[in-house]
Amino acid sequence: MKTLEELKAIRESMQSQMGLRKESGEQIRVVVGMATCGIASGARPVLNALSDAVQAKGLKNVAVTQTGCIGLCQYEPIVEVMEPGKDKVTYVKMTPEKANEVIDQHLIRGQVIKKYTITEMLG
Amino acid sequence: MMTELSLNVLDVANNSIRADANLIEIAIRLHTKSDLLTIMIADNGCGMTKEQLSQVEDPFFTTRTTRGVGLGVPFFKQAALSTGGSFHMESMPGKGTIVTAVFCMSHIDCIPLGDINSTVYTLIITNNEIDFLYTYEVDGKRFQLDTREFRNILGDVPLNSPEVSAYIKSYLEENQKEVDAELSKTEKQ
Repeated sequence: MKTLEELKAIRESMQSQMGLRKESGEQIRVVVGMATCGIASGARPVLNALSDAVQAKGLKNVAVTQTGCIGLCQYEPIVEVMEPGKDKVTYVKMTPEKANEVIDQHLIRGQVIKKYTITEMLG
Repeated sequence: MMTELSLNVLDVANNSIRADANLIEIAIRLHTKSDLLTIMIADNGCGMTKEQLSQVEDPFFTTRTTRGVGLGVPFFKQAALSTGGSFHMESMPGKGTIVTAVFCMSHIDCIPLGDINSTVYTLIITNNEIDFLYTYEVDGKRFQLDTREFRNILGDVPLNSPEVSAYIKSYLEENQKEVDAELSKTEKQ
């Protein structure tokens, strides 16, 4: 059985870093639709790909969260990117692969991937 | 329909989140002798009145305004009943809700449990303000993950920090493997 001892060690090693971490005001929110429609269309792997990549790449200014149904069930899985001071970007029919592209191109380099957005999909 | 029961669990647990629960309990219990899989999801959210409770199993009832159907609970119920199992919901306004579904595991229409760890992991790391108590049990052998216990140890280190979430992931996987060893033992007998 994996025990809680390891967790204590993690706490000790992290507490020393806590003070160094600054809270940046410019939080980017990445929201995944996780209602019945989203989950049935494959939102769970998309959400996990996003949160894994955010952690692996150390993107401290990005918070990945979930939301309910936004009424566009036929376009699920949907990922919304909300950056302070910018228009919301809505990516539709997402996959874990596309999610990783969004991390690299949009969240890191600041380039919206137009071909995956809802505006492009609606024509 | 969902392709894995673990997706139904994620879906129904999201109802608990919307009910403003701050503690959600999820229990998966396999009993090989009786061929039963019991899934229980309990929360301390806002609960439902008798009237709402009677409506919630109706696919054309929902409290949301973005669309007119609510399929989470009906899907889960159908998945259980189609295996010859059972489905039960209890709720008290202000106290919370308990959903229990029982599946006959060897029934041909029984959807596989699937990646339940991924469901629990997703719930924990995206809902930092909610506590989860997860139990996975096979023929009486079990392990539990209690985020309240984790938080006690961690202090102000958040559960969704990279080091801690990696630990949560392997805690779920390794402990499930060990409990599942019980399953192969029974198969050999």
